[in-house]
Parts: sequence; structure tokens; C-alpha cells
Amino acid sequence: MRKIAIALAASLALAGPALAADKVRIGTEGAYPPFNQIDASGKLIGFDIDIANALCAEMKVTCEFVTQDWDGIIPGLLAKKYDAIIASMSITDERKQKVDFTDRYYSNSLSFIRKKGASIEQANLKGKTLGAQRATIAAEHIEKMYGKNVDVKLYDTQENAFLDLEAGRIDVMVVDFGVGYNWLNSDAGKGFEFFGKNADVGDHIGIAIRKGDKELADKFNAAIKAIRASGVYSKINAKYFPFDIY
Amino acid sequence: MSFDLGLVIEYFPRLLSGAGLTVELIAISSLVGICIAVPVGLMRVSASPTLRNLSLAYVFFFRGTPLLIQIFLVYYGLSQFEAVRNSVLWPFLRQPYWCAIVAFALNTGAYTAEILRGAMQAVPRGEIEAARAFGMSTALLFRRVILPRAVRIGWPAYGNEVIFMIKGSALASTITLLDLTGMARTIIAKTYAPVEIFLAAGLIYLAIVFVLTRAFRRIEARLNRYLLHESA
Repeated sequence: MRKIAIALAASLALAGPALAADKVRIGTEGAYPPFNQIDASGKLIGFDIDIANALCAEMKVTCEFVTQDWDGIIPGLLAKKYDAIIASMSITDERKQKVDFTDRYYSNSLSFIRKKGASIEQANLKGKTLGAQRATIAAEHIEKMYGKNVDVKLYDTQENAFLDLEAGRIDVMVVDFGVGYNWLNSDAGKGFEFFGKNADVGDHIGIAIRKGDKELADKFNAAIKAIRASGVYSKINAKYFPFDIY
Repeated sequence: MSFDLGLVIEYFPRLLSGAGLTVELIAISSLVGICIAVPVGLMRVSASPTLRNLSLAYVFFFRGTPLLIQIFLVYYGLSQFEAVRNSVLWPFLRQPYWCAIVAFALNTGAYTAEILRGAMQAVPRGEIEAARAFGMSTALLFRRVILPRAVRIGWPAYGNEVIFMIKGSALASTITLLDLTGMARTIIAKTYAPVEIFLAAGLIYLAIVFVLTRAFRRIEARLNRYLLHESA
């Protein structure tokens, strides 16, 4: 009995760190096309997923994806449900108080979408209904810039927000440019258009990790550099957008 | 993991305003739900097979599908149809507030109708026969004997239903409403403090349910006070 216990303890001691190094659990939302979404067969696909797989290949570890609703994605990381978030998360000061970020893996600006031909301009948004996903920089931007002058509606997922834009419940959608671009090019987005100037909020998208997990951050940063240099990154970029999003 | 009480105090007023919306949603949908439940409950015990089957279909659908699906059908589903968007109902259905009330009322209406049906069928036959012996018409029999008795019999079960609805109302947050849960989630999006905020929100729900169960018990005692007199 005692022998077994010792053997078990020994094998655990050996296996423990080895496992931890080989597998990185990655939290993502799976509802944010084209960056991360779940296809008809239930598989995670998208830019974030391709980048994550490329980074893991570069780091010689296995990626294991965990899907998590957006507004619980940081609490999930803190609760150790996964080790990193690769889900198009903006690097913001508020988030930095709770988590650390790697270097950026792409950049983003906020775009404004309206019904084609609607007489809405960025200068006269007063009294209009603006929509965005809850807990995003778009939602934050609306509150900061327009505050009480506009009616704000926040959604659990970006997909639901687009459904309401189609239904006419909101006049203006504020959304990450890449996501808006993808939607306008889909069937659903046909009757809609970008307007005004994109808000450049200096938005960089990074990988969130728990505070102090420097080893993982360094590995990710090195891997981001490596896939940028090797051309793997631009290949993935070209698969989704005809312009450079880094 | 430290617990930040200051955060709870800072955001408590906003949680309370969310709780106000929760109570409002429950109050209005319960009232509308009762208005649906009485006719549907009567249809359920009607002699006409058409009325019985119609009411059964309604009850079967709303008890057999998740409330979340019902809310999504009303909010995101109806708005997909051009005809609905051009109809006179759109100014109402455009607003998540009314969509939530429609979904909650239809849902609770179905459950309440079933409570009422069961209660009506539990009214002792002897009382009905006695009323008949007095020569009461069916309408009078329902008004004077069956319905008042059924309300007393079904009251505790109805109290349960309202409590279920309070908890179900958290789903209003999925259609952009800032009810207690919606407010909590929005605050958490800013503070990343789910433990503190959800705990505070949970306590507010508990307080609402506590007050409500007390009120229901008071009313129950009042409804049945004639029984106390008899036994005393």
C-alpha cells in the first residue's frame, strides 16, 4: 500500500509539471465572427482560433479551447478555467488591473454602422439608439463619448446586437471594424453601411493571462514575433481580410 | 480573492433600481397572466372539446418549452417578420420591456391556468351538488361556489408560481433590459467583481421573495379565516 502511494506520488510529481507545460487551455467566446465562432459542425473557427493554433504550434504545446460567454470571460480566467484568453480582447487599463496582457496580435478601430441612406451622422447622434455588445470597448466608448445623450442598448453577444440592428430596434451599431466589415459583407448586412470616421481609440488586441504569469506571456510574445516573421501571420490575415490588421 | 465591500456599497443604488424594474415586470406580467389564466382555466374544464383542446395546446406549449426560448421567440423571432415590423403592434414589440411582459405573461398564464384547473376540479362534489340543489345556474355556480373555492385551494400553489417567475425574470437581462440581473451583469462588465455583485444581487432577490412569501401567507390566512372560525 505504502509502496503504491509513493509510486503514485512520484509519478504525479513527474507528470504534473510536464502536463502543465504541454497543454495550454485557451478561453474564447465562440460568438464573434469572423474572429471566433462555432461552425455548423460545432467546431471553433476564426481568426483568433487560427492565430492561437499557430502560436501553440510555434510554442510546441497543444492548445485546448474552452468556450465562455463574453461577460464572464475574465472571471473565468481568474478562476483558472483556462490559462489565456484569445478572443479579440482589447488591452485596456481597466482590464490591466485584473489581468496581464501579451503584446498585441492585431489592432482595431471602432466602426459605426447605419441603415443604408439613413440620415444619421456622428455629429447628430443625440436621441438615437446606439447598440453594442456588453463589456466591450465599443460599449465603453459609447458611454464615454455620448453618455446620457443617447439611448444605449447592450447585448450578450454581437450576433444578437446585429439581429436588433436588422429589426430596426437600434439606429446605430458601434462595433469592432473587422467584425463590422465581415457582417456588412454577409447576406444579413446587405441593407447597411459604414458611416462617418472610425473611432481610433488606440485599440490593441492582446492575449490576456493571469497576473504574474510571466513565463506564459514571454512564450506568447516570442511566438507572436516568430509567426509575424515567418509569414504564417500574413497568411492567416489574408484568409479573413484583404487589408493588414496588425 | 479578497471581498470588496466598498464595491457593493458603491453600486447598491444601481442594483436597487434594477430590482425596481424586476418588481415592475413581475407585477404587470402577473396581472396580465391572471387575466389569461381565468378564461383558459375555464376552457380547460369546459364541456366543449374545441375549447378544451385549444386551451390544452396553449398550456402544453408554454409549459413544455423553456422560458428563455419563449423570450427569444417574442423578442428576436417576431422582429424577423416584415409584417410584424409594419404592424400597429411594432411600437410595443420594438421595446424589450413589452416583449418581456408578453413572454412572462403568456408563460405564467399557462401555469396559473393549470393551477386553477386543478383547484376547480378539487372543489368537493358535495358543495357543487348542494349549489345545484338550490337551483343555481352554471354561471352562478362558478361565480359563487367553484371559483371562490378554487382560489382558496390553489392559492399556495400560485404563491409558488410567482416565486418561480421572479427567478425566471432574470432572463429579461438577455434582451437588453437592465433588471436586477441585467444591472448586475453590466456592473460586473466594468468591475470584474462577479462574487461581490452577484452576491449582492442574490440577497436582493432573497429579500423580494421573503416579502412576497409573507404577503402570500397573510392573504392565505385571510382567505381561509372562515375555516378557523369553524374549528375554534
